[in-house]
Amino acid sequence: MDLGYTDEQKAFRDEVRAFLNDKLPKRLSDKVAGGKRLTKEDYEDWHAILNDRGWLGVNWPKEHGGTGWDAVQRHIFEEETTKAHAPRIVPFGLAMLGPVLMAFGSDAQKAHYLPRILNGDDWWCQGYSEPGAGSDLANVQTMAVRDGDDYIVNGQKTWTTLGQHANWIFCLVRTSKEGKRQEGISFLLIDMNTPGIEVRPIVLIDGEPEVNEVWFKDVRVPVGNLVGEENKGWTYAKYLLTHERTNIAGVGFARAGLSALKRIAGGQMEHGKPLIENPFFAAKVAQVEIDLMAMATTNLRTISAAAEGQAPGAESSMLKVKGTIIRQEINALTKQAVGPFAAPFISEALDEGSNVEPVGPDAAMPATQAYFNNRKLSIYGGSNEVQRAIISKTILEL
Amino acid sequence: MDFNLTEERQMLQDGLRRYLADATDHDKIAATTDGPTGLDTPLWDALTEMGLPGAMFTEDQGGFGGAGFDIMVVAEELGRAGLPTPLIDSALLSGTVIAQTRPDLVEDLVAGRILGFAHAEAGARYDLSHVTTRAERTADGWRITGTKSLVQFALAADGFVVSARTSGDVTSQDGISLFLVPGDQVTLRDYPLNGGGRAAEMTIDATLPENALLGEAGTAYTLLDTAHARATAAQCAEALGLMETIKTLTVEYLQQRKQFGQPIGKFQALQHRMADVLIEIEQARSSVINLCGNLDQPERDLHVSATKNLIGRAARLVVEESIQMHGGIGMTQEYALGHFAKRLSMIDHRFGDVDHHLERFIRLSMARAA
Ligand SMILES: Cc1cc2nc3c(=O)[nH]c(=O)nc-3n(C[C@H](O)[C@H](O)[C@H](O)COP(=O)(O)OP(=O)(O)OC[C@H]3O[C@@H](n4cnc5c(N)ncnc54)[C@H](O)[C@@H]3O)c2cc1C
Repeated sequence: MDLGYTDEQKAFRDEVRAFLNDKLPKRLSDKVAGGKRLTKEDYEDWHAILNDRGWLGVNWPKEHGGTGWDAVQRHIFEEETTKAHAPRIVPFGLAMLGPVLMAFGSDAQKAHYLPRILNGDDWWCQGYSEPGAGSDLANVQTMAVRDGDDYIVNGQKTWTTLGQHANWIFCLVRTSKEGKRQEGISFLLIDMNTPGIEVRPIVLIDGEPEVNEVWFKDVRVPVGNLVGEENKGWTYAKYLLTHERTNIAGVGFARAGLSALKRIAGGQMEHGKPLIENPFFAAKVAQVEIDLMAMATTNLRTISAAAEGQAPGAESSMLKVKGTIIRQEINALTKQAVGPFAAPFISEALDEGSNVEPVGPDAAMPATQAYFNNRKLSIYGGSNEVQRAIISKTILEL
Repeated sequence: MDFNLTEERQMLQDGLRRYLADATDHDKIAATTDGPTGLDTPLWDALTEMGLPGAMFTEDQGGFGGAGFDIMVVAEELGRAGLPTPLIDSALLSGTVIAQTRPDLVEDLVAGRILGFAHAEAGARYDLSHVTTRAERTADGWRITGTKSLVQFALAADGFVVSARTSGDVTSQDGISLFLVPGDQVTLRDYPLNGGGRAAEMTIDATLPENALLGEAGTAYTLLDTAHARATAAQCAEALGLMETIKTLTVEYLQQRKQFGQPIGKFQALQHRMADVLIEIEQARSSVINLCGNLDQPERDLHVSATKNLIGRAARLVVEESIQMHGGIGMTQEYALGHFAKRLSMIDHRFGDVDHHLERFIRLSMARAA
């Protein structure tokens, strides 16, 4: 048992720090730290900077242009980038589709799509959920019917994160209605510029059009865009979800959130003293910090097991549940910290270069927004109820 | 002991509930919030007609209510509808002050006139005695200078009750005075609020006549405290109404939304949590009843803090559980839940949060024991 990083891991951490110090544009880290709105270009700029260094394919092997890092290195990278307020890496192409193509795609698909993901030629979005298929994902109804060398796709996807920026979508579609529901699903890559596709924004409670509905009406998709075998999509979909769940604990985000919380609560005065010295408030901050310290080790325990070749299975469900509870508690405390100024909502003030001043402390509006927005953490990627069901079935065997 | 409403109150409740169910919804509220003043004037006029501000004053004062349970009945219905109104600011905060100091103006308030309430300041957090705005005597009146924060419905008001310091240091309870300031004597920067309605930052540099002073100079703290107790009761009752609507929406959704071939309300994991939500809402109702029944009693402040703390905790549970049990749909602006959840979530950010009132409750409860 040794809780520290090895010398090698420390050297790697220093290398990441030096890189961030050198290459992370202040313009971007200021926006992230200040809770400002990030544009498509902001993400693309950051991706390009990482790609120049060869660090964009964080969980990709070297042969496909990835870093080849092990789980601990990925953890260090995540921790340092969140601490430095780097934009997050948009996961859809890099963390989700990439690994699926590597495992199940044809050589032609790998050769075509993987470099385009790294170079930023394509922005992918995830077309899994449908109005009737949320937790019950196997219920997808979007139909793909074979017609010569094409599939003709009809149906609707929803909750498609940042679909407004995307030029490609990977979809779970139904190619068969026979047998078990899971056995009639295929994994299809669809060019968003194909006629018959319509993207409609959904505004979330924090006022941001973060997700979309994507409608398909007689959309022709070449058969060559099928990944793997027809009707085997469920296997690939689940493979992808295990990758979606890497980093699910969000320890880096939680640490960044906690230090922001302490800074904000240190600046809010109450009866002439900083709020962080109020024992009632300080107790709650301390409790979440204690939870986070343990969580960080739970996370590392899971990660090191994975690094030794054991796949994190149901353990990642544990990380998801506790990790999101911790992050949501930090969000709630930050909102509490800003006090009466949690109430104003001046959307324009979140735009870069806007001359509209916020009201109250700068941290106030982003704090409320983050509180509402991060309710999603326990809903998406398999809701916390679904994760608990996995834990009780798989680990507890109940 | 009798937990039934009087006939008059029952009629007011029924009338308001029926009227508001048709007259407003979260889309209209959003449109009004984006509008110039944040107030739906025809709706406010109609509510005035139904006796809304009037029910906040006693018959002696020129109204037809004024007791804690009048406040409860009205505010709970506004909460059910998710409707922001100037009731708390104009009829309860300014209204309580006006009834004591300028009884001749109650008539206007009962008729729907909106007098904003400009007391909170940027550095005050929830400290009621924190006032930096200054009032200096001049040869023939007063000069008031300072800035106020989060003045609700400021652009819909034609005047304001403004607190200013005539003596004492920033947080001293002594030395606070109240003034009636015409709307054209202040500068406003107004903005929308989470959960609906608008508020403004206010800059005051006003020269006022002698009679702008409300009550005696330097002694307004007690009156401010009473006004805030009444406003907090209304706000807690409003929270209760919001919770009731959220409960209805969530139960309906649990019955109607199907996953894995059955209504999600059939999953025991959700049933138990919804049962907990119900229990906490019933607790919230009892607590609001405790407060409203004690609003004119010696233990008023103990109940203000007990209820505001409990409501803050229950509100967080109701907001978070209702969104979670809705899944993605609960996160959208289009669906009604989002509005109600945001409005409910903001309750803890006015008139003192859970910790503020927990601390105050401990103090008052220990004093009572001693
Ligand atoms: C902000 C956001 C972004 C998203 N981005 C994407 C995206 O890019 N691509 C994509 O495909 N999807 C995306 N999703 C969709 C997300 O994966 C779904 O919201 C999620 O799977 C839950 O489905 P649902 O919303 O239909 O809720 P439901 O499945 O209807 O669930 C409602 C409630 O019931 C509970 N529940 C369901 N089944 C059970 C059960 N058996 N036992 C106990 N409780 C149960 C759930 O936990 C939840 O609390 C996103 C969602 C959000 C909120």
